[in-house]
Amino acid sequence: MTELFSILNLVTFLPLVGVLVILFLPRKWQTAIRWTALLASLVTFAFSIMMLMDFDVHDPDLQMVQEVAWISFAGWDIKYSMGVDGLSLLLVLLTTLLTPISILSTWKAIEERVKEFMIFFLLLEMGMVGVFLAQDLFLFYVFWEFTLVPMYFLIGIWGGPRRMYAAIKFFLYTMAGSILMLLAILWLGLRQGTFSIPELIAKGGINPDLQIWLFLAFAAAFAIKVPMWPLHSWLPDAHVEAPTAASVILAGVLLKMGTYGFIRFNIPMFPEASIKLAPWMALLAVIGILYGAAVSYAQRDVKMLVAYSSVSHLGFVVLGLFALNPQGIQGGILQMVNHGLSTGALFLIVGMIYERRHTRDLDEFGGLWKVMPIYAVVTLIVTLSSMGLPGLNGFVGEFAILLGAFGSTSIGSRLYAGFAAAGIILAAIYMLYMFQKLFLGPLDKDENKGLKDLNIREIVTLLPLLILIFWIGLYPKPFFELMAPAVQKVVDILQTASMVVH
Amino acid sequence: MTSIELGLDVGLFAYAPLIIFLPLLGLLINMVLGRRLGEWFVGTIASLAVASSFVIAVLQFLALNSHPEGAQVLVADWITIGDLDVAWSLKIDTLSVAMMLMVTGVSTLIHIYAAGYMHEDVRFQGDPGRYTRFFVYFNLFVAAMMVLVTADNYLMMFVGWEGVGLCSYLLIGFWYEKGEDGIGNAVAGKKAFVTNRIGDLGFMIAMFLVFWQFGSLNFDQVFTSAHTAGAAAGGVITAITIFLLVGAAGKSAQLPLHVWLPDAMAGPTPVSALIHAATMVTAGIFMIARNHVLFDLAPFSSNLVALVGGATALFAATIAVAQFDIKRVLAFSTISQLGFMIAAVGMGAYVAAMFHLVTHAFFKALLFLSSGSVIQGVEHGHHHVEHGKKTRGAPFDPQDMRNMGGLRSKMQITFMVYVIGALALAGIPPLAGFWSKDEILADASQANPTVFWLLVAAAFFTAFYMGRQILMVFFGKPRSEAADHAPESPPVMTLPLILLALLSMVGGILNLPGFHTLTDWLEYTLEHAHAAEFNLVVAGFSTGLALLAIVLAWLIYGRVAMKKGKPDPLRRILGPIFVGMHNKWWVDELYNFVIVRPYVALARFLAKYVDWRFWHDWFHDIVLARTFQRGAWWLSKAFDLKVIDGIGNGLGDLTKGAAARLRTLQTGYVRNYALSVFVGVILVIGYFLIR
Amino acid sequence: MNVPTHYVLALSALMFTLGVLGVLIRRNTIVIFMSVELMLNSANLAFITFARSFGEIQGQVFVFFVIAVAAAEVAVGLALIVAIFRSRRSIDIDQISKLRG
Repeated sequence: MTELFSILNLVTFLPLVGVLVILFLPRKWQTAIRWTALLASLVTFAFSIMMLMDFDVHDPDLQMVQEVAWISFAGWDIKYSMGVDGLSLLLVLLTTLLTPISILSTWKAIEERVKEFMIFFLLLEMGMVGVFLAQDLFLFYVFWEFTLVPMYFLIGIWGGPRRMYAAIKFFLYTMAGSILMLLAILWLGLRQGTFSIPELIAKGGINPDLQIWLFLAFAAAFAIKVPMWPLHSWLPDAHVEAPTAASVILAGVLLKMGTYGFIRFNIPMFPEASIKLAPWMALLAVIGILYGAAVSYAQRDVKMLVAYSSVSHLGFVVLGLFALNPQGIQGGILQMVNHGLSTGALFLIVGMIYERRHTRDLDEFGGLWKVMPIYAVVTLIVTLSSMGLPGLNGFVGEFAILLGAFGSTSIGSRLYAGFAAAGIILAAIYMLYMFQKLFLGPLDKDENKGLKDLNIREIVTLLPLLILIFWIGLYPKPFFELMAPAVQKVVDILQTASMVVH
Repeated sequence: MTSIELGLDVGLFAYAPLIIFLPLLGLLINMVLGRRLGEWFVGTIASLAVASSFVIAVLQFLALNSHPEGAQVLVADWITIGDLDVAWSLKIDTLSVAMMLMVTGVSTLIHIYAAGYMHEDVRFQGDPGRYTRFFVYFNLFVAAMMVLVTADNYLMMFVGWEGVGLCSYLLIGFWYEKGEDGIGNAVAGKKAFVTNRIGDLGFMIAMFLVFWQFGSLNFDQVFTSAHTAGAAAGGVITAITIFLLVGAAGKSAQLPLHVWLPDAMAGPTPVSALIHAATMVTAGIFMIARNHVLFDLAPFSSNLVALVGGATALFAATIAVAQFDIKRVLAFSTISQLGFMIAAVGMGAYVAAMFHLVTHAFFKALLFLSSGSVIQGVEHGHHHVEHGKKTRGAPFDPQDMRNMGGLRSKMQITFMVYVIGALALAGIPPLAGFWSKDEILADASQANPTVFWLLVAAAFFTAFYMGRQILMVFFGKPRSEAADHAPESPPVMTLPLILLALLSMVGGILNLPGFHTLTDWLEYTLEHAHAAEFNLVVAGFSTGLALLAIVLAWLIYGRVAMKKGKPDPLRRILGPIFVGMHNKWWVDELYNFVIVRPYVALARFLAKYVDWRFWHDWFHDIVLARTFQRGAWWLSKAFDLKVIDGIGNGLGDLTKGAAARLRTLQTGYVRNYALSVFVGVILVIGYFLIR
Repeated sequence: MNVPTHYVLALSALMFTLGVLGVLIRRNTIVIFMSVELMLNSANLAFITFARSFGEIQGQVFVFFVIAVAAAEVAVGLALIVAIFRSRRSIDIDQISKLRG
């Protein structure tokens, strides 16, 4: 029974307490509901910080593990199993940080059905944290699918004009990939006699040809979630229609569930297949980087531009992970966090201007720096971070990724990293283009002349992200230290496997 | 990593990080308090921050004098992944301290000048609130530049490298609502940044190659390994150096990445002087000098560097001849002079390059700042004239030399210093430019005849376009009312000019033939730094050419002064060649046609047709969704109604018939049910009894 | 005083028969209810009797359960009757025949 209040359970299920409280609040008490949700997510964040304090940096294995028998019959051995290691820790922290920030951003933006919104939002947080902490395939799958439901409603109820289309497309697309993963999970669990992820990794011994099929089945789910080119078609719809807070979470956390899946499942469970398929994954990643960058340059809608930039940025993450060396993988994991911070901030920024002008058309703006200097400076910093300016967070991740990919033996050719690096030039083009369209040039539209600069609440919303953008850029050491042993463990697995392959 | 030994003067090395932090402190103070403190205070804080950086640089210089081997000062760990270990760490040696002294020294003067210049500029442009922002950027630039020159590893250098690029972007677009169509300045900034990023791509790939070849990004470790590896790693080192050259070409505006620098003149004049003439653009030369070990091991790359430098020097010099914008002439002159330096490092004449880098910083900063003084004078004159008229006249370009003329008598100090700067640039002895340029030419005469003739031709054009400029701006009669009413600039601006003019005159003593002060100083860092012996033939030849060019300029522009509204006299002489030079040999148009427009078209095509119409609309909405709908429709109409419903309905009918009969049992009277229960119980009990 | 077991069982059987007759014959729902109670209590009596004669405790335990269930049943049943009376103004069991097939 003491296990019930273990730190991992608290981090995962505390949002549920918030949900319960909100359920009993009358729907008219909107402010109380908002504060309850914010408080619940902040307490969750506090607990995740406690989890960080308890975390042993030098231990490569799962920590704070908690296992309870759950479903056990006819050869099925499914456990309620939670644990955290260097691969997931940062993502859990990212989730618990972005949730209160997103809730704060809805203060004025969500006026209708606040109660339901907050309930769904907290449920979403629970699902996402669960995904990152679950150490049993079955439990993981439950959380994985669970996140779809609140997100479906968040887009479908509070979204833009084409919200139903976007919500259904998001749901079906993700579901389609998950089915294949479910099959692979069932096959693995029955064949290996366990659903426990660490046990499956330790057991290994799946014949390489079979591994490829399993790899592809898992990859189908993850590649859609990332989304990797060419499976990205749901992303612009979902992003453009989703309300700001949902976009932040979608870009900041939900997409990371895909890349996290690669590093948690595909690479350590199917190392031989990963080594064999690495060039193909790298190819898709590089196409995604260049394609996403080019397409986002041609957008007229700010949100579309940022959405496509995610395709480009996540391409970097996948490229890094499949470099299969410490630089690439650590860079990839850090870049997941970086993308969560900078793209999350970009969506918040877009949301702020949308609240003021009710348009996202780039041609409607120009010269905003004059009327909104604070907003302009914040956007500039975030933009620079997103395009990988050295000294800010994006660069550290991108550099490590490209360095890793350049020297990766499994990718095989330096051309991939070379072309990917060219993506950084393209990133400068579309990001500066966006900045120019919004803030530079003459202030010639009458509607823009009376715009108010950021208020205290909005600055508070963005401030934690800005601090982290500088922190990771200037002193990323603690972040790398958190993940280094766990990544080394994965790399060791891969090295053993590469001897089998060659 | 060598730690700092204890000792009195060596302890001075520990202060080195302040050279970065002081400007940062200055910008933080100005950012927080600037608006409240007022212009005077902002300018003072910013200048003081840079001046104290200069003091730190002098301290480093003193420490180095007694301990010329230098030191590495670790500030903090940065990135550690696997074998990759990069720190925030400063490398204090003669090369970096030479750059520190030059950059902070020139920056201090330009900061003081800018305090006066921007006071006028923000009022002329109509937004006095932006005064603080300018100095925030300016201090940020100095900090970034210091990161660049003090870095002891590639990655940290890259931070400074892109950091100065960012400041350049921000300062070019400082008046972001001005320029062509109101967006011209912003576009110029973006162009500079993106072009620089192409170079940065080269730098990055070079870093990747270095790391995977030598296992480190630390300069000392890489150079040691490279020495040991020697010819065995020849191919890789050649590749590394070629990619580094791409990086240098981006930052130092060499062919074919030179296109951004002329447009960068959209920034306020102190920016052009500091960033786009004296300091940032020389980063490429500094970087190659820093990597001299690698370049020495790669003769092919070194030759390529020399050729690129020589070609750029001549190419840009020809363009400078036919420009009318006073700052554009200087911009192309800068590109050309950077070509000299790049050519020098390519030929292994690192000291000559550094020498020219320093003297060029003096006289080019001087020329830009003086041109700023001229521009502001003409602006003032224009305001004066407009004020009298009460109605707004036609748009007036205060930078167009065709609107100037005769300023000699109006702006005497400016005129004097301008002539000094121009003669130094033209390479007339005994001014600074003569000594440094001549050292490069002397080296070239021995090392590479092709490059030598390219540079000599460039030197000839240099003297010619400077003569043309001086004659057009200061001599003859004023060609506009504005020029007629131009006043001299205030002392806060002219004082730095005079100081820089002095430096331009005596800068040559840094490395006079026979003394070789700079050579001896840099020898500690650049081991093979040899100085070509002073060659009287080369020196006499180049000086003679320069004088000839000046005379030629006088024949064309001075003898008969240019008249208002008349075309350039050179136009008649050179015909279409002049048009080509005036249009910068259409390189911008070429790039626009070959790269920019195809990329925009490709991006639009991908976004509109491939991604949206084909992939989003057609494949997903039509193929996937409609196929599913068709299938579902068929299932529901044909299959479901006939087959499944048939089975379902059959079962239903059967149940219905049975139920119709059974329902009569249901009377609805509770007591009937009770009775049947009772009877049932009796029966069950009876069954048990009978059994 | 020691009453013979069969006396008590006979009383129990009599009470049960009365209850059955009451349920089958009477039309007033409340009376039917009382008759059901009578049947339950006759069963209780039988339980107690056997418990006593066999010296076992289970029979008495069962009685408690039955009493508890009966109480619950009365509560639900009376509530139903009140609800029916409210809507139909009658508690005649024969008039409540809506479920006729």
